[in-house]
Amino acid sequence: MSPADTATTKQADNEVAPRAETEALISGSEAVAHAVRLADVDVITAYPIRPYDTVMQYVSKMIADGDFDCEYIVAESEHSQFEIVKHASAVGARVFCGSSGVGWFYAFEALAVTAGLRLPMVAMVGNRALDDPGAFGVEHNDALAVRDLGWMLAWVSTAQEALDTALIAYRVAEDPRVFLPCAISCDGAFLTHSQSIVKVPSQAMVDSFLPRYSRGDKQLHPDNPITIAPQVNEDWLMEIRRQSDMAARRARDVIIEAYQDFNARFGRGGEPFIERYMMEDAEVAVIGMGTLAMPVKVAVRKMRQHGRKVGFVRVRWFRPFPARELQNALAGVRAVGVIDRDFSFGSTFFSGVLANDLRSALYPLKNRPKILSFIAGLGGREVRTNNVIDVAGKVFDAASGADIDEQNTYWIGVRE
Amino acid sequence: MEEAKPKTDIGDFTSPQVLEPWKGIKKVAREEYFTSGHRTCQGCESALVMRLMIKAAGPRTIVLGATGCMYVANTTYYSTPWMVPWMHTQLGSAGSAATGTAAALRALMRKGKMEKEPINVIAFCGDGGGADMGLSAISAALQHTQYNLLIFLYDNESYANTDIQVSGSSPYGAHTTFSPPGKAHRIMHRRWKKNTAAMLAAGHPGCKYVATVCSGNAVDTLNRVRRALTIGGPTFIHSLDPCPKGWDYDPKYSHELGELAVETGIWPLYEVEEGKLRMYGKSKHIASGAAKRKPVREYLLRQGRFAHFTEEDIAYFQAKTDEMWEKWLIPGVIPFSRA
Repeated sequence: MSPADTATTKQADNEVAPRAETEALISGSEAVAHAVRLADVDVITAYPIRPYDTVMQYVSKMIADGDFDCEYIVAESEHSQFEIVKHASAVGARVFCGSSGVGWFYAFEALAVTAGLRLPMVAMVGNRALDDPGAFGVEHNDALAVRDLGWMLAWVSTAQEALDTALIAYRVAEDPRVFLPCAISCDGAFLTHSQSIVKVPSQAMVDSFLPRYSRGDKQLHPDNPITIAPQVNEDWLMEIRRQSDMAARRARDVIIEAYQDFNARFGRGGEPFIERYMMEDAEVAVIGMGTLAMPVKVAVRKMRQHGRKVGFVRVRWFRPFPARELQNALAGVRAVGVIDRDFSFGSTFFSGVLANDLRSALYPLKNRPKILSFIAGLGGREVRTNNVIDVAGKVFDAASGADIDEQNTYWIGVRE
Repeated sequence: MEEAKPKTDIGDFTSPQVLEPWKGIKKVAREEYFTSGHRTCQGCESALVMRLMIKAAGPRTIVLGATGCMYVANTTYYSTPWMVPWMHTQLGSAGSAATGTAAALRALMRKGKMEKEPINVIAFCGDGGGADMGLSAISAALQHTQYNLLIFLYDNESYANTDIQVSGSSPYGAHTTFSPPGKAHRIMHRRWKKNTAAMLAAGHPGCKYVATVCSGNAVDTLNRVRRALTIGGPTFIHSLDPCPKGWDYDPKYSHELGELAVETGIWPLYEVEEGKLRMYGKSKHIASGAAKRKPVREYLLRQGRFAHFTEEDIAYFQAKTDEMWEKWLIPGVIPFSRA
């Protein structure tokens, strides 16, 4: 086999396949499992940790029932779990794995080199607190920890979006212009375990959207006896880092292309990078990621019933960070409140990770909105509609000139 | 995992390559696949072992190399000595790298995404990567009997790449940069060398082949690699590699020290094939009583790493070695005795 041949053995059908989807009442984890099946993944590795592991329960049953064919390996640790698929990806296999919380951290070495090696692994993170002390609930610090390494990071808010984003993730990650790994974050319990009606596309629709993974002249094979990851040291490492930087820059356009095509074929998918909710005439905005969308949207609707013009911007892709989209969405508002479901102890103004990146993104704006930073919902604590109304109220106060310290971060729903 | 559905069609590629043993040094293939470009130390036994390992395997092989001397000293960018596809893996990942590579080949060939062909998969690691950090991943790899792969542990008895630090595979009392003799403590490394090969053979009954080697006899090593790759499933070879830098001796004595390790009974040569144990080389004669073990003193005092040993230390080392041959349930291999 010559590696170049694999690129041409099966090209994606450019015809738009007829829309044929079935509806199913499934959880976020099961939705991702369907995406993995439809993507015809070749090698999957599992290791148990709640709450992500539900995806592997669905995947393993699908394999057991013969619904799809892949090598399925239950590893002996998360480190091995991610190392196994890293190496499978280098040989040209499409791969899937995932983890949660400290399990993701146990794999950290593998996560770092997967991005460094430009291997397009797709992983699901069932976001979970980094215990100790023990906690199963959602925090975003697990997935966010790889934000500087070259991983692309998407946060989804519904099971449908989880399925769709997983398909998009394979297409973007495996695009030779990108060749970077991608993690899809699903809030633990709120999404991994919560069911909703999901449209599951046909194989033909997915095949027409998602081309086969080809590693090209970087495939590890006896016909292509390359050496991968030699010692480069100061002689070459900076140039190689620069290549990763350029790939992360190019990912932006590839993501946009993928969403355009996905929207055309599936009739959904929305705007790449961010979701704007009631932002057309908004005077202030709330920003957040993941399933926070549910209480925030309810709060926005409630406040609008009382004539308060608030909107919501949900960040769908954290890496590459959608600075331009956020500048565009927020240039017209007077104040924004960022709700982080994470922490960054000792960071600028003691804010969460999202707030700090957002401040950087909005700094170049001529008329910057005021930016207030909030931390809420840690460890899976429910963020209630009233919590969001409190946040938005404070943002309105800041917008109307009240004396609120912008260089501070406010914890919501915490016993002091 | 059981293959349940007919569509998971298993082709010929699941049979390993058939690599017949080479009967004598003159029959050994001339082709080299580990060539110029490396920059290992003078007298480095491990570099020779790499050359033998891939010579035995041949060109239709993928090699994965865990962090260690044989990564750092061998694969400087633009001067790799490897003529076969080669990829670095993390220090503790030899088992995972082999598993992932073999799994990918199997999936891609079964699903018609790659031409069917038996391709050897070898992952090597040092004693730090294999006997310490990567032990659990190797253990897992040896359980996945559906994959043809070889884990090759080159044991120079220290973390030699990072300036000679003690590992779980370093011999008792050895002077390393993390276990220097001092005024208050002459012996800083008090652990007995881990019995890695026998532990893996005993603990993984599904693994068809485990062997120890020492490359003073090249043909013995070559043929054990060929056997491991031919027998199928996951296999393991543990090679004792004298290291002039870490053991502190004149580089010209590498082979001689390896031979002494065998002759003193410190390094038994054996293979476990489909559950059958066979001692070979000089170890066979030691085990049968046909040859007498040389005193460990002859081995220890040739190396600077034991220069601080007193008579008491040598006697302790001798007694522990005697135990291996006189008290163990299977002399030199399995360290129990009947209650």
